Amino acid sequence: MSEIFSHVKQTYQGPDYDVIVVGAGHAGCEAALAAARMGNQTLLLTINLEMVAFMPCNPSVGGPAKGIVVREVDALGGEMGRNIDKTYIQMRMLNTGKGPAVRALRAQADKHAYHRAMKETIENQPNLTLRQGIVDSLITEDGVCKGVVTNTGAKYNAKTVVLCTGTSARGRIIIGELQYSSGPNNTQPALELSKNLEDLGFKLKRFKTGTPPRVDGNTIDFSQTTEQPGDKEVNHFSYETPDSQYLELKNQLSCWLTYTNEKTHAIIRENLDRAPMFNGTVEGIGPRYCPSIEDKIVRFADKDHHQVFLEPEGRETQEYYVNGMSTSMPEEVQQNMIHSVAGMQNAELMRPGYAIEYDVVDPYQLKPTFETKVVKNLYTAGQTNGTSGYEEAAGQGMYAGINAALRAQGKDPLILKRNEAYIGVMVDDLVTKGTNEPYRLLTSRAEYRLLLRHDNADMRLTEKGYELGLISEERYQAFLAKKAAVEGEIERLNKIRIKPNDEVNQFIQEHGDKPLQDGVLASVFLRRPYVTYNILKRFIPEPAKPLGRRVIEQVEIRTKYAGYIKKAEENVEKLKKMEAKKIPENIDYDAIDGLATEAHQKLKQIQPHSIAQASRISGVNPSDIAILSVYIQQGRIAKTK
Amino acid sequence: MALTTTEFDTIAAISTPPGEGGIAIVRVSGEDAMKVITAIYRGKDLNKVASHTINYGHIVDPANHNETVDEVMVSVMRAPNTYTKEDVIEINCHGGIVATNRILQIVLSNGARMANPGEFTERAFLNGRIDLSQSEAVMDLIEAKTDQSMKAALNQLDGNLSHLIRNLRQAILDVLANVEVNIDYPEYDDAETITTKLLLDKAKEVRASVEQLLKTAKQGKVLRDGLATAIVGRPNVGKSSILNHLLHEDKAIVTNVPGTTRDVLEEYVNVSGVPLKLIDTAGIRKTDDQVEKIGVERSRKSINSADLVLLVLNSSEPLTAEDRELLALTKDTKRIVILNKTDLPMAIELSEVKQLVGDENIISTSAMKADGLSALEQRIAKLFFEEGIENSQSNVMVTNARHISLLNQALSALDDVINGIDSGMPVDLVQIDMTRCWELLGEITGDSYNDELLDQLFSQFCLGK
Repeated sequence: MSEIFSHVKQTYQGPDYDVIVVGAGHAGCEAALAAARMGNQTLLLTINLEMVAFMPCNPSVGGPAKGIVVREVDALGGEMGRNIDKTYIQMRMLNTGKGPAVRALRAQADKHAYHRAMKETIENQPNLTLRQGIVDSLITEDGVCKGVVTNTGAKYNAKTVVLCTGTSARGRIIIGELQYSSGPNNTQPALELSKNLEDLGFKLKRFKTGTPPRVDGNTIDFSQTTEQPGDKEVNHFSYETPDSQYLELKNQLSCWLTYTNEKTHAIIRENLDRAPMFNGTVEGIGPRYCPSIEDKIVRFADKDHHQVFLEPEGRETQEYYVNGMSTSMPEEVQQNMIHSVAGMQNAELMRPGYAIEYDVVDPYQLKPTFETKVVKNLYTAGQTNGTSGYEEAAGQGMYAGINAALRAQGKDPLILKRNEAYIGVMVDDLVTKGTNEPYRLLTSRAEYRLLLRHDNADMRLTEKGYELGLISEERYQAFLAKKAAVEGEIERLNKIRIKPNDEVNQFIQEHGDKPLQDGVLASVFLRRPYVTYNILKRFIPEPAKPLGRRVIEQVEIRTKYAGYIKKAEENVEKLKKMEAKKIPENIDYDAIDGLATEAHQKLKQIQPHSIAQASRISGVNPSDIAILSVYIQQGRIAKTK
Repeated sequence: MALTTTEFDTIAAISTPPGEGGIAIVRVSGEDAMKVITAIYRGKDLNKVASHTINYGHIVDPANHNETVDEVMVSVMRAPNTYTKEDVIEINCHGGIVATNRILQIVLSNGARMANPGEFTERAFLNGRIDLSQSEAVMDLIEAKTDQSMKAALNQLDGNLSHLIRNLRQAILDVLANVEVNIDYPEYDDAETITTKLLLDKAKEVRASVEQLLKTAKQGKVLRDGLATAIVGRPNVGKSSILNHLLHEDKAIVTNVPGTTRDVLEEYVNVSGVPLKLIDTAGIRKTDDQVEKIGVERSRKSINSADLVLLVLNSSEPLTAEDRELLALTKDTKRIVILNKTDLPMAIELSEVKQLVGDENIISTSAMKADGLSALEQRIAKLFFEEGIENSQSNVMVTNARHISLLNQALSALDDVINGIDSGMPVDLVQIDMTRCWELLGEITGDSYNDELLDQLFSQFCLGK
């Protein structure tokens, strides 16, 4: 399949652009929109126009860490938040019983509506051209990228190029014994570009990911499953979406929970010799956090059931995504597996699950701007960089797109740090550690996650988005007003004293606390676990202007958790000191003996900028850092090539 | 990468304690170690012998017509399987400070330089041979004052402390991984939901262990630095005889503290394995032959800086005002009251003394007849090993100041966890302090924590939809 019978004989010169983005998945869309909105003539090329912002895997956006990235993209002026707010079919806040740092918004998407809405936005964006085409090679001169050449012979020149190739680069789909060359969802793969990248000196890796089967909802007996409805409480991803647009619960669609059982597991075990994951067919490395069902059965043999979520793929389709049963088993085995699960005994398989292998650029070959070290003015983002997930892709696309745009305009790059955004955590992880498996963001990857909350993404990044020209003046003014209201109210609560009167003390005693003897500051009172801002309001004068839901949220979190926030900020200060210890660019690691072999290799490969970055490289131990610091301090570093 | 360090020159030092025992070792380490030894050794061709062999021969002095200096055994250990990961030569010679020093001088004039204190260990660390905690243990070993101290240091060198700390960290890591799973996979139903109650239990458990370790720190510090001990008493009660007994020649290690006058000599004695650092022995000695002029003022000074006070009373005389003052001054210090001169008829108010200090802390001695002195030694050892500080379960003692400081910080992080839970903070916030505790403990062993948590997460739980 996807065999090329003949190549074009002649190329032709297309128009010149400032920025070209290759691939219109979740990374490519953000990259292209950002570049165009920053005033660059931008070309967005995609293999198939039907695949713009397509969701080839789960029909949902957000979740722990990921949901925060969506808010960060939104605060920088990106599209994912707005687009999902237009097209969701269910909205749920996860981790509501936990602290503010880890609450996570997740939406089920109408995947077709999501694609259409994003395509429409792109089509109507000034400075942006959307065109179908497969990029076969890059135009480079002396290690500088100058444009691209497509399979139809078009040559486009550009100041910068962003590659967001997803799983299309030499994609290979595997279903049981069947293997064929393909991009996601049976689209045409990009067969030529990888070779061109290798010729340019890039080191490529082979990763694998997979998707579960889809079944016909008309044939599911939902009564045997547990309903998982959305939330009544209003929430959106974008800071721009008004509360009034929230879908009433009755207009949201539910997901449904069921379980695999011993019968399912037996079917899988009996057919393991036909499982590409285990019989050597799949060579690429798959993600640990998103394992196939056969992988789960083998690795966790003692578990007698696994959760399966049935998720609707949209309003205008009966296709259901069988979340939890990602598989590349032969089709008839998949059918048997499905039929063994409660509620799906008679379910019709509409599409089989499959594994897909694809090429990635090992991300240690990138600078912290996502420009490649190998070819100047070339940027990569999304699955190309070894990540997985729509949100991770969007965050990177935004970041690479902004930096490609800034370079095209001759401006300084945007660097997001670990303490500023999950995007910064992800960028630093990728360029510092590389990755041995498809990378997914987790809240545990962020050491300052209390500072990187989903509720304060606007506080962290709107200013930057505005400076880049990605945030409208109107939105910026609204942001400034919100910020002032939050700070004003926090200051006010630090001045109001609550006197120990009967009303207050009765309330306190109802919660099993000792009554007040002396007056207490309103801010201190708010820190009690059973006090919310709305309760506090009963005991203090009204603020000059009524406060909105999101202002109250900020005031509450920043007051209640002030102690922990301060601790996190102190840690950031420590980090900054370590970041200030720079490693000279001309350092010769071969001249430093005593480094462990692995540390020596990694340092040489990654070339960290600071002691802080070096200390984050896996395989570089504190003793290696000690040795490195000693050498730098002693000036032994002077011995360079 | 080269296995030996070309940056480093060749160093040498006497690696056995000065003045002791029948054999002394001169150690040479570095690229030129073989060159140095072949220039000054007569015997087999050491360039041809196998690594890690010991060879009989003689050391000669090339500068003095190859005069034979000593009969020796020479260990040849080639890089990289040596302590420093460099070529190492050890010359075993016939003890005696003069002969040993002469050999060292010859080594130094044939291409090696004098090693700085701890430099062998520093190289072992820099060359990646040992971890941070181990290298610190070696430094303590070098400084160790008695066999007990040596044992504490050796225990740590074996990695006993590291082992213990790693177990603690693993226990914390298990909980943390579980907390993370709860956060990152809120719908995953197979991981136990870590409630603040569970976290509180774990925090308390770890806290108890850290506290236990810190208790040993006190003991460990004494083993390393010596137990500061003052011998006080009014004139002519027999302080100097007690001192002289404790300073029995073969036990005494006398150190001249640099930069101070001879008056503040610190004398170390080994009392049943407890190193005592005797305070102001010069003061006691100086006045020995004359009418003693040590006033209470001088005693007060000694008492203030002492961990243990040996208060000497004359049992053949009633208590004087000065005795009573000294008893009052030592009220809050760990003390042993020595009723000396039991060879004479008893006149002291025994019941009064007993009431003040308790039965078990009174030792009757006759320094003249060397009576009761071993009881004193036993009492000191018992005070220290049994009553002073309990031994920890694994006999690990924390002796290093950096470790103690980190353990204290870990303890306060755990207190923050407990306080946070008390004030109703959610798990994922309290977890910040738990993580901090884990990092602090990791700093003791110098362990990397990169990605450990994630590996734990994915090995323990079947994650992902």
